[in-house]
Amino acid sequence: MQEADIQFLENSFKKYYFDHFDLIKVPERTFEREFGYQKFNSGMTRHIAIKNDKELHLLLIQNTPSDVYCSNAYYTFPNLPMNEKDWKEADLIFDIDAKDLNLSCRESHTISICNECNQVSKNLTQCTKCNSTKLEKKSLPCKNCIDGSKKEVSKLTQVLVDDLAITEDNIQVYFSGNEGFHVYVYNSQFQEIGSRERSELTDYISLRGAIPETFGMKKFKPQRESFPDFDEKGWRGRFAKQVFGSKSKRSKIITELLADGYQSFQKTLDDVSENIGVKIDPNVTMDIHRIFRLPGSINSKSGLTKIYCEDLTKFDPYTEASFLNDDPVDVLVNCPIEFKLKNKKFGPYINEKVTVPTFAAAYMICKKLGTLA
Amino acid sequence: MLELGTDELAKYPFLEGAGKFLKDKGFPLSQFGTDPDLKSVVDKAYHRLKVSTKGGIYKSEIIGGEASDSVREKEIFSFLLAIVLIKLSGMHTLIKRFALAEARRAENHLEKDLGKASDKSKIDLAIRIIYDLFNIEVIKEDEFFKISVSDYLKHSIDFHEREWKLINRHVENGKVLLTPDKTVRLIRKELGNYIISKITNAPTPPMISGLEDIVNELTSIGKELTPSYVVTTGENPPCIKHAIEILEKGENLPHSGRFMLATFLLSKGQSVQQIAPLFKNAPDYNERVTLYQLNHLAGTSGSGTQYSCPSCEKLKTQSLCFATSECDNIINPLQFGRKKK
Repeated sequence: MQEADIQFLENSFKKYYFDHFDLIKVPERTFEREFGYQKFNSGMTRHIAIKNDKELHLLLIQNTPSDVYCSNAYYTFPNLPMNEKDWKEADLIFDIDAKDLNLSCRESHTISICNECNQVSKNLTQCTKCNSTKLEKKSLPCKNCIDGSKKEVSKLTQVLVDDLAITEDNIQVYFSGNEGFHVYVYNSQFQEIGSRERSELTDYISLRGAIPETFGMKKFKPQRESFPDFDEKGWRGRFAKQVFGSKSKRSKIITELLADGYQSFQKTLDDVSENIGVKIDPNVTMDIHRIFRLPGSINSKSGLTKIYCEDLTKFDPYTEASFLNDDPVDVLVNCPIEFKLKNKKFGPYINEKVTVPTFAAAYMICKKLGTLA
Repeated sequence: MLELGTDELAKYPFLEGAGKFLKDKGFPLSQFGTDPDLKSVVDKAYHRLKVSTKGGIYKSEIIGGEASDSVREKEIFSFLLAIVLIKLSGMHTLIKRFALAEARRAENHLEKDLGKASDKSKIDLAIRIIYDLFNIEVIKEDEFFKISVSDYLKHSIDFHEREWKLINRHVENGKVLLTPDKTVRLIRKELGNYIISKITNAPTPPMISGLEDIVNELTSIGKELTPSYVVTTGENPPCIKHAIEILEKGENLPHSGRFMLATFLLSKGQSVQQIAPLFKNAPDYNERVTLYQLNHLAGTSGSGTQYSCPSCEKLKTQSLCFATSECDNIINPLQFGRKKK
């Protein structure tokens, strides 16, 4: 990123941090957490201990980071190197990202930026100018992407509450600041489990690795009575609803499943998993030493804020997570996709100079689709 | 601590109390080498060990639960004496086999006790043993035993059969519902480890005169059992081949895939300089970053921790596993192509 653009983003971010201290609070048990931050065009600074809101605000103002992070883990010595920190426990975290949902809208609002010649195009396999295949993909998520991600959050919440006995008041949902949501679970029985156990838990939540026997199908002499019923709890109940549809169809479908045999059932199971399994990023949940984007901080991939979703159904990130100011700025942009922020439409712009509010300019510069004029 | 009678000690002789039982009976160890009345105990101890070295489980005489006090005593003594014999032989491979076999035997008893719907005291005792030894709270509800999902995960995580995956279990309200046999199967390994630690920590007595021949025989059995491994092929496992292919095509290999590839090759003895060029085709290649990260994984920079190659299970979760029949149920890519001699 060019120096002038960095300067512009740093100034805008700094103003946000100064004006919105109310949105940026340290999490509970602050002194047991590890903090970290990144500056533009620079590496990660981590292993930082912070005592309270004031210290955090000071760090933000002094360093104007591009991104700020905080551990979901609790340590005795959060500021020491990793193997001396003395890990105690970690909140359960989940990352749901629109890019992992295989949505059909995806292609229409994804563009590629060539790493060799910076050409922006809608061709996602090869640069249209120099034919290079080293492309960086950028997406400007649409309403459908956000709705799709919200649906996954609801599915996740359902499994957490119904199967794993987590109470709703211990689940917090945040917009990630870019293309999805971050879900935190506090005070659960899972606080002290390790990475491999968390990985196993993600397989459960995503309905991954299931065997036909679990849903009543056996290799030899399968029996009708073993198939799931609608009122069963957990995945068997959800399977019944998905596969049988209605009670009247159950019997007929079981007959078909039995006739198709074991191998075919495994395929059915894979399809069901794709449809009703919760699409979470397993790498995030299984990482017990992660520093995760701090609520209230800005995501430098978009200039939007990671913000708490009070009412997920009504939540609109493009009005509720855009906090940068409205001052007009001149930018040179190549943004072939239209987007909407704070109820205003922008683009498409094809290699042109435009005057837009700071929040829209920052959005395009963060997406590497524009630069200060 | 539990107050145990000879009935329980015969079934679970590894519990605290069995050693005391021997002391209370007043036998010094040396007597086992010479006293013809105790010869049957020595034979039983040797038999118990021998069966375990062949991967079998010793069939005790108290299978039905009904047995005379003298039979029960012999059970307890033979267990304790078997440990003495292992210590005298100095063969570590025997400890593991014996402990596992004894764990399986105890597992049978625990399973029977848990399944005794009519005898609440037996069920309670089995539940108490599981709680005291492994800190797992088991609650009986109808014909099932319920344990918390987090406890289940902690204890099942090393099981590789797919039926043990949480997704293939009956989960309800934060608990996993298990049958008696699955409940005890869950703690088999820990029971084994518990017995191993008991044996390892037991003092080695001086040689008992009269038992030299048996001890020598055990030493030679132990030597035969020590395996040697050879690498039969130098070929890479399919997950690694796939990762290399992706990179060669200039496509994006996710961070987790790069981690797998780098840790795998580092473990195979390749140097950071040998590995770095593999990543040259990655869309976001940056030589400085690649070297930094490789050095970090190798433990030559940063915290000094040397990172190991992820297990097959983890790679499956990350969609990086492309197993073929040649994988032959290995649990880590590093084992690919390795055969027991």
